[in-house]
Amino acid sequence: MTEAVAPGPLLDIAELAKRFTVGSKQSLLARATSFRKPVAPLPQLYAVDEVSFTIGRGETVGLVGESGCGKSTLVRLINRLLDPTSGSIRLGGAELADFKARNFAANPHRARIQMVFQDASDSLNPRYTAADAIADPIRRLKKMSGPDLAARVEKLADMTGLPRELLSRFPHQLSGGQKARVGIARAIAVEPELLILDEPTAALDVSVQVVILQLLQQLKRELGMSYLFVSHDLNVVRLLCDRVLVMYLGKVVEQGPAAEVFADPKHPYTKALISAIPQAEPEQRVGRLRLGGEPRSPIDPDPRVCRFYGRCPKGTPRCAEDMPLLRPAGLARQVACHFA
Amino acid sequence: MTAVPALSVPALSVEDLSVEFRTRSGVVKVLEHVCFSVDKGETVALVGESGSGKSVTAFAVMGILDAAGKVTSGRAMFGGADLLALSEHDLAEQRGRELSMIFQNPRTALNPIRRVGRQIADVLVRHGGATRNDAPRAAIEMLKKVRIPDPERRAEAYPFELSGGMCQRIMIAIALACRPALLIADEPTTGLDVTTQAVIMDLIGELAGEAGMATIFITHDLALAAEYCDRIVVMHAGHIVEAAPGRDLFAYARHPYSAKLLAATPGETVSLEQMASIPGGLPDLRRADLPACRYSGRCERRLDQCAQPLPQRTVGERHVIACWNPL
Repeated sequence: MTEAVAPGPLLDIAELAKRFTVGSKQSLLARATSFRKPVAPLPQLYAVDEVSFTIGRGETVGLVGESGCGKSTLVRLINRLLDPTSGSIRLGGAELADFKARNFAANPHRARIQMVFQDASDSLNPRYTAADAIADPIRRLKKMSGPDLAARVEKLADMTGLPRELLSRFPHQLSGGQKARVGIARAIAVEPELLILDEPTAALDVSVQVVILQLLQQLKRELGMSYLFVSHDLNVVRLLCDRVLVMYLGKVVEQGPAAEVFADPKHPYTKALISAIPQAEPEQRVGRLRLGGEPRSPIDPDPRVCRFYGRCPKGTPRCAEDMPLLRPAGLARQVACHFA
Repeated sequence: MTAVPALSVPALSVEDLSVEFRTRSGVVKVLEHVCFSVDKGETVALVGESGSGKSVTAFAVMGILDAAGKVTSGRAMFGGADLLALSEHDLAEQRGRELSMIFQNPRTALNPIRRVGRQIADVLVRHGGATRNDAPRAAIEMLKKVRIPDPERRAEAYPFELSGGMCQRIMIAIALACRPALLIADEPTTGLDVTTQAVIMDLIGELAGEAGMATIFITHDLALAAEYCDRIVVMHAGHIVEAAPGRDLFAYARHPYSAKLLAATPGETVSLEQMASIPGGLPDLRRADLPACRYSGRCERRLDQCAQPLPQRTVGERHVIACWNPL
């Protein structure tokens, strides 16, 4: 059987934005009954601000940035757990942004994007055995049951290196690494094209982390999935990712092949990020950069000011008047900085 | 004038520390014959997988072990006194003033319903000899010291109003308020962003250096330990398996476990294929017949000799290992 594969990237995100309305000084009731003067629009928190990028078939893209930069919101938008304010999410040619997140669980596209959550202990149902957890998405999305289902679950356990005799155990009877395997088996059970990994090894010891990372690498090769890999740990991103996206306050500020970005970061924020990776031999580090201050407020940001202005060691008056846009810098790289 | 170089004086010397936990399913021998020392002005890292006994070591020294935990042997000499033998009253006097601790999660360690400035002032009043009147000003000084912008306003904030990095700075301000002689930092940057982590680590290092404070830094991140600490102590299942200056450990780890741990740590120069995991897991510490070397069950270099009590071998300057068949 030959499957018609649409040309172009697997995932194409264009000008995707998510704004949350945040509290105002006036109560909702006061606003609703205020006839005298026109009310000002409620403040908006720009969680993800017009982000565009693509993920190719079989590619691993790393998403890095500090907490609060909008990584998780972006992931939830792509995974269709949240509805975007504007923009498009195209998966292999199909527009997903038009479907409501509320109904997406029953959507035929649901099986195409799956996710491995950060902490396997928190994301597994404590009342489900490992087998139940893995079988659940297959039952719901592939309508499989009976011996077929059992065989499929066993096959998935084998693929993820989970001993079959552990399938009847509950999460509290499994170790951290075993729970991580269950989380991965459950996510790949419905043969997704895109797998989103949200810090899959953050809760694991280094000795177990290696095994899980190697397993993910192997599964990608065998199953031809694409990965969106969200992580704090830049050393892990460097190991696993082909390309990396750097986010800062809702904006992508730099992207490019992982090796190039790590060797020669162009955006000042990326430079600070890479300079902050702990190193066993600190004197080998080129340039030491520490960020002072706190990020700017993401609530109704001034559209003319660079989001990094104020913390940026470069910051010039121009940065406060003219927000730098993401523009090409080299063959496959893009940077949003006037000085890169 | 005698030009004798100042001999390094241990600020804390832990000798032969053993700790047991009594649980419903038996006695867990969590620490066994743990020996290490920290000099004045020195930063020592305790590293190891979860369950290796890093935090229990710190808790035992601070006298804040869980009720089920019991120190069965050993001493912790600090300023001429054995911390493990002090009465709760005397220990309470030492804690906060001479001994201080930064906990892993500042959000749970701080009092959620007390303004952060007040929390710093509380320590200054209880241990620092400050009066209720001048403590608030001293607290603001501490906030300045840990580089919190706009300290006068932030002193009035509750922990939930501050970011994780700022809460951790408040914890540091509380811990350092009375200029302790020994600071124990238990994974102070876990859960923080790398950029914040770097700033916090610089800050701890700077303030420790200024005051000549001895620091024990507990982490599972070997690279972080190597960058910020003078010496690294590697723990495995309640034993210290290797202690060495950070550079020496990275250049030439002698204990098989340390070497495996290094090989599993992602770094700049290795590829995923080159990295290797550590086979097996920690032994069940409830067993009555625990082997002398608790790593022997996972070790590829095991000899018959390994069943005998572990040797303490000095293999270099301040480089000690507990192994019969080192690399």
